Amino acid sequence: MSTSTTTPESPASEERTVRAETPRRRLRPGRVLLHLFLIGTALAWFFPVLWAVINSFRDYDHTAVHGYLSLGGFTLDNYTRAWEQGELPQYFLNSLIITVPAVLITLFLASCAAFVLSHHSRRFNLVMLAVFLAANLLPPQALLVPLFRMYTSIPLPYWISSSGSLYDSHLGIVLIHVAFQLGFCTFVLSNFMKAMPPSLLEAARIDGATVFQQYRRVVLPLCRPSLAALATLLVTWVYNDFFWALALLSSGDKLPVTTALQNLQGAFFLDYNLLSAGSILVALPTLVVFFLLQRHFVAGLTLGASKE
Amino acid sequence: MASHSTSPPPAPPSTTSPDRRPRGARRSGAGGTLRNGRGDRITIALMLGVPALLVLGLVWLPALVTVVLSFTRWDGIGGWDTIEWTGVQNYVDAFTIYPPFQPALSNNLIWLVVLFTVPTVLGMFLAVLLDREMRGGAVYQSIFYMPVVLSLALIGFIWQLIYSRDQGLLNSFLAFAADAPPVDWFGDPDLNLYAVLVAAGWRHTGYIMLLYLAGLKAVDPSLREAAAIDGAGPVRTFTHVVFPALLPINLVVVVVTVIDALRAFDIVWVINRGRNGLELISALVTSNVIGEASRVGFGSALAVIMLLISVVFIVVYVATMLRGARR
Repeated sequence: MSTSTTTPESPASEERTVRAETPRRRLRPGRVLLHLFLIGTALAWFFPVLWAVINSFRDYDHTAVHGYLSLGGFTLDNYTRAWEQGELPQYFLNSLIITVPAVLITLFLASCAAFVLSHHSRRFNLVMLAVFLAANLLPPQALLVPLFRMYTSIPLPYWISSSGSLYDSHLGIVLIHVAFQLGFCTFVLSNFMKAMPPSLLEAARIDGATVFQQYRRVVLPLCRPSLAALATLLVTWVYNDFFWALALLSSGDKLPVTTALQNLQGAFFLDYNLLSAGSILVALPTLVVFFLLQRHFVAGLTLGASKE
Repeated sequence: MASHSTSPPPAPPSTTSPDRRPRGARRSGAGGTLRNGRGDRITIALMLGVPALLVLGLVWLPALVTVVLSFTRWDGIGGWDTIEWTGVQNYVDAFTIYPPFQPALSNNLIWLVVLFTVPTVLGMFLAVLLDREMRGGAVYQSIFYMPVVLSLALIGFIWQLIYSRDQGLLNSFLAFAADAPPVDWFGDPDLNLYAVLVAAGWRHTGYIMLLYLAGLKAVDPSLREAAAIDGAGPVRTFTHVVFPALLPINLVVVVVTVIDALRAFDIVWVINRGRNGLELISALVTSNVIGEASRVGFGSALAVIMLLISVVFIVVYVATMLRGARR
């Protein structure tokens, strides 16, 4: 509702700025300065990642002798060694086992809650939204002790968790991610759903659709763009989580790759080229998501904030 | 709150089967009133109840229990009956006889102030510069927010390649250019907080830029035009017209920055587990709870202090967001 006010405006304004700019396409000192500043800042911004990439391709023996400011000694060995010695395949698999269900369950439950809050409940609407949204911002450390205790005392069959409890199980990590991320997603989706014309649902209702059918067939397909944006965001957030895995997993071989990185530091000792290769490999999934789904990522990050 | 998760009201004397109701069964078809059968009520209760139960049970309940535990002494291993009630002793201890606490508080504060003064301002500045049609605008934007997709733990590693005492780029460069002695950027307790803040700010800037870019796009262009017609220059237009129109986004940025400063954890934990100049409240809580000397009550008291600070800003945030949502 609130965002729609800007849409009719934008094409016209774009046209206006374009038209205003055409006559002064010549290089003005202001423009040059602007681009120089932006190029300089952008290079500085890109440098740390670039540096890690460059070093990841260099031989340790070469840089140890000639220093990092030298050239040469390029190799792919660091990657194969990081992959094997760091046992990265195992950790990547763990990340996958945690991230995919966490994202899917969060989106499913959040869209359900948002649907009810936006179309089927009026009494507790705002209170519930506040409860959901605020939960997303609490410091995770503030939940740690009771959660730890709760997790250790909830038994699970051994085929789900080799530890026999929710503690030290992937399921436990998935659950806490779902609980934490539900708030933000529910809020964003309920805003989106509120903006849908009620006549759509009414039509479905007259056709005898049950509540779940209204959700499944009418509301959910319309939410696809929001869901895509949120999914992109959630994948990076869950994949990047460090704290929960650190606090709620105890077996090293269950760690997701972001948290396992810390152990790699020990395994790789002080070979910084190897460490660079490991870091780049760990960053790769998020960077791929970033480059392929940039539009969704940006949309997601600003979804919650651009309301009003 | 808990009452809500159990809220399916007693089933009404339903006349038809819940699933397939003939159209004639409705009293007023398109009346717009929400009259659902029993099956639908159960569906609604489940659709809201399950997510609500997760949020209440795994987030709010533990948060409340933490508050209670902060008034006790407990090793965390024994049963609930081994919990000893100690009143506000943990809080008194934190402020009086726990040496890392004061540095942690002030480090968190420095973290906040630095994030506000450099990356937030820079992010806003970049957003203002990039909020126009320009060649390469999208490329600049992507580069500035690329660090946002990296985890802070990973950022700690990437910057180690620059900061490392013996193998880092910075020291190699300083030795090469100025023959300076090596500096232990992440190890020196007088320096490391600021070195870490450069890395954290590197990420924060892009995030803030994105938020402001979104905010600026939503500012009514006619406002700017009116200001331009009145003869205001770009700076005046920004300070007097655009910035005030950004109030909601400013609030979000304030809250995001405070919460980020308070929750900062991964990067210091990766570097040295939050010791020796990098004390942060979040790291103290963690080491008190999952460290060797598991002091649950004391760690909880520290966590409650975090909670109290964040609650103020969470309330501001939720109020801002919901004001937008109510309409």
